[in-house]
Amino acid sequence: MSMVSAPPGKQTSEKRVIPNRLGTPFRRILASWEVLLFAVAVLIFIFNSLASPYFLDAWNLSDATFNFTEKAMIAFAMALLVISGEIDLSVASIIALASTAMGAAAQVGIGTPGLVLIGIGTGLACGIFNGVLVSVLKLPSIVVTIGTMSLFRGISYIVLGDQAYGKYPADFAYFGQGYVVWVFSFEFVLFIVLAILFAILLHATNFGRQVYAIGNNDFAARFSGIPVERVKFILFLLTGIMSGVAAVCLTSRLGSTRPSIAQGWELEVVTMVVLGGISILGGSGTIGGVVIAAFVMGLVTFGLGLLNVPGIVMSIFIGLLLIITIAIPIIARRIKAMSSR
Amino acid sequence: MHEVMGMAKLIRKRETLLFAIIVVMIAVFSTRAADFASPDNLAGIFNDTAILIILALAQMTVILTKSIDLSVAANLAFTGMAIAMMNAAFPGLPLIALILAAIVIGAALGSINGFLVWRLEIPPIVVTLGTLTIYRGMAFVLSGGAWVNAHQMTPIFLSVPRTPILGLPVLSWVAIIIVALMYMLLRYSQFGRSAYATGGNPTAAVYAGIDTGKTKFLAFVLSGALAGLSSYLWVSRYAVAYVDIANGFELDSVAACVIGGISIAGGVGSVAGTVLGALFLGVIKNALPVIGISPFTQMAISGTVIILAVVFNARRERNRGRIILRDRAAAEVAA
Repeated sequence: MSMVSAPPGKQTSEKRVIPNRLGTPFRRILASWEVLLFAVAVLIFIFNSLASPYFLDAWNLSDATFNFTEKAMIAFAMALLVISGEIDLSVASIIALASTAMGAAAQVGIGTPGLVLIGIGTGLACGIFNGVLVSVLKLPSIVVTIGTMSLFRGISYIVLGDQAYGKYPADFAYFGQGYVVWVFSFEFVLFIVLAILFAILLHATNFGRQVYAIGNNDFAARFSGIPVERVKFILFLLTGIMSGVAAVCLTSRLGSTRPSIAQGWELEVVTMVVLGGISILGGSGTIGGVVIAAFVMGLVTFGLGLLNVPGIVMSIFIGLLLIITIAIPIIARRIKAMSSR
Repeated sequence: MHEVMGMAKLIRKRETLLFAIIVVMIAVFSTRAADFASPDNLAGIFNDTAILIILALAQMTVILTKSIDLSVAANLAFTGMAIAMMNAAFPGLPLIALILAAIVIGAALGSINGFLVWRLEIPPIVVTLGTLTIYRGMAFVLSGGAWVNAHQMTPIFLSVPRTPILGLPVLSWVAIIIVALMYMLLRYSQFGRSAYATGGNPTAAVYAGIDTGKTKFLAFVLSGALAGLSSYLWVSRYAVAYVDIANGFELDSVAACVIGGISIAGGVGSVAGTVLGALFLGVIKNALPVIGISPFTQMAISGTVIILAVVFNARRERNRGRIILRDRAAAEVAA
């Protein structure tokens, strides 16, 4: 997607210096996707507080965070996956399967630590399954995960049919309903911690650089000695684990499991990732962008909720948001190209 | 280089194999329920699968051009709601006008997808994931969440697809005609050949003077138009229109294509394969209650079948022809 313009410098210089970090002028920072997105978030915040007198309240805002924390946890892992040029459409179905596994375990009296292990373990197993299909059998991730999307949720339907699991242990409720300090819920704190961990993983480790390299040029990455398939496998595994974590939080928050749990979340997670400035073609984007995108989506849906807009109409906004945010930079580039001609 | 023609090749063809599998499946199921293989029941299964066949052919055309259309079912839901409401509000409108309206509305929604893919070069999966929610949301806005029920529809609106002609209902005949038209379109028309070329080797297609962007656009318009036509068939067949009709059906259409040997990477696949892929799903769907398996297993079965089909396709695609021109030029010209 990003066109690398040839450096205007002199080709004949005695020694070519390739800086680690290009100096970024202040104007470029201002025009960066993350800053624009942050401005949008602030605008929505101001608009919401003007539109509804109930918006600006610490507990109310704390409630609003539940709209995005679980999805954002998956979005962090999905961001890495999309940067590497792959996608996982089965994340919502992994939640359904993990939640069903936890529900079944809860019925036979397994305690909270066991349930958490089972939830995350199911996510891990699903991630391994996707990872094997994509990186060992070398199949296209879009189709594979469309398949596993129906398979994983399909297993939940076989187990549950039109039934539901309830009866979770009392202390299991903490993950989705507990608060660490004051208005800061367990989920919100986990969201922040995970954001930091993923930001470090992507932006400050060898592994992160490999993910970018693969997304930019899979071929060149291979020739540079990057274990492309192994990195992709680990990313699917991470996405599975994060879906398992999200399943623990969501199940704990709802206190029940139906096979239709988290239906359609894959779309919202992908939207969050793309809105966060991750190129859907791979190779670029930041975790910071995804964090801001999570806030934007949470604020939009919460604000619309306060205005009594039904959920399905909100999904129109999410769909529009997805397309418009991708279209804007493309149109802007066109206009720029036209005006410079 | 050339393989020996004849029997060996016919057996190795995906379509033959798939056909054989379907025949074996029917034979096995009929040991459990004697009349499963009766002509009447088979005709019933075909009629049940007719809409899936049409939508799968729509999906196939898009996939051939290296794209994907996840919005077909949402398009069907919106268009179906629109014409059902038109029918309820203006019972005097002739049926042909409603069907034309369905095709035009469907094509218009498809052209939005096509435009975004062609002119803005947004990846098709993103565009149609977005329009999937938008179109279904619009169906809600249009209807206010209300249902249009059978008693609000005119008798002719409901009866036409059921009317038998030569032993088969009109619904089945429509599917047969669409299959024939799509076969000719993809095999003999300039658009059809461009669609194969666009997906098979975009670079070579551009060098050959094919406007790959426009070809994708046309594929999306065609897909939308077929979704529009299907919307009438669906609403009339099930005699009800509501926001959630055909929910998740886009995945069935992709599944039928993948099972039928359509390469998700574009450029490979046949109409016969897609039809057989749809029939494969149709037979399973109709057999589950007959052999006493819960309908809740259907989702897991289609998932498993999609995965197996992809594994199987990948084997075959590995020894595809050489691609002489690299993708770079295509990225510069069209992408």
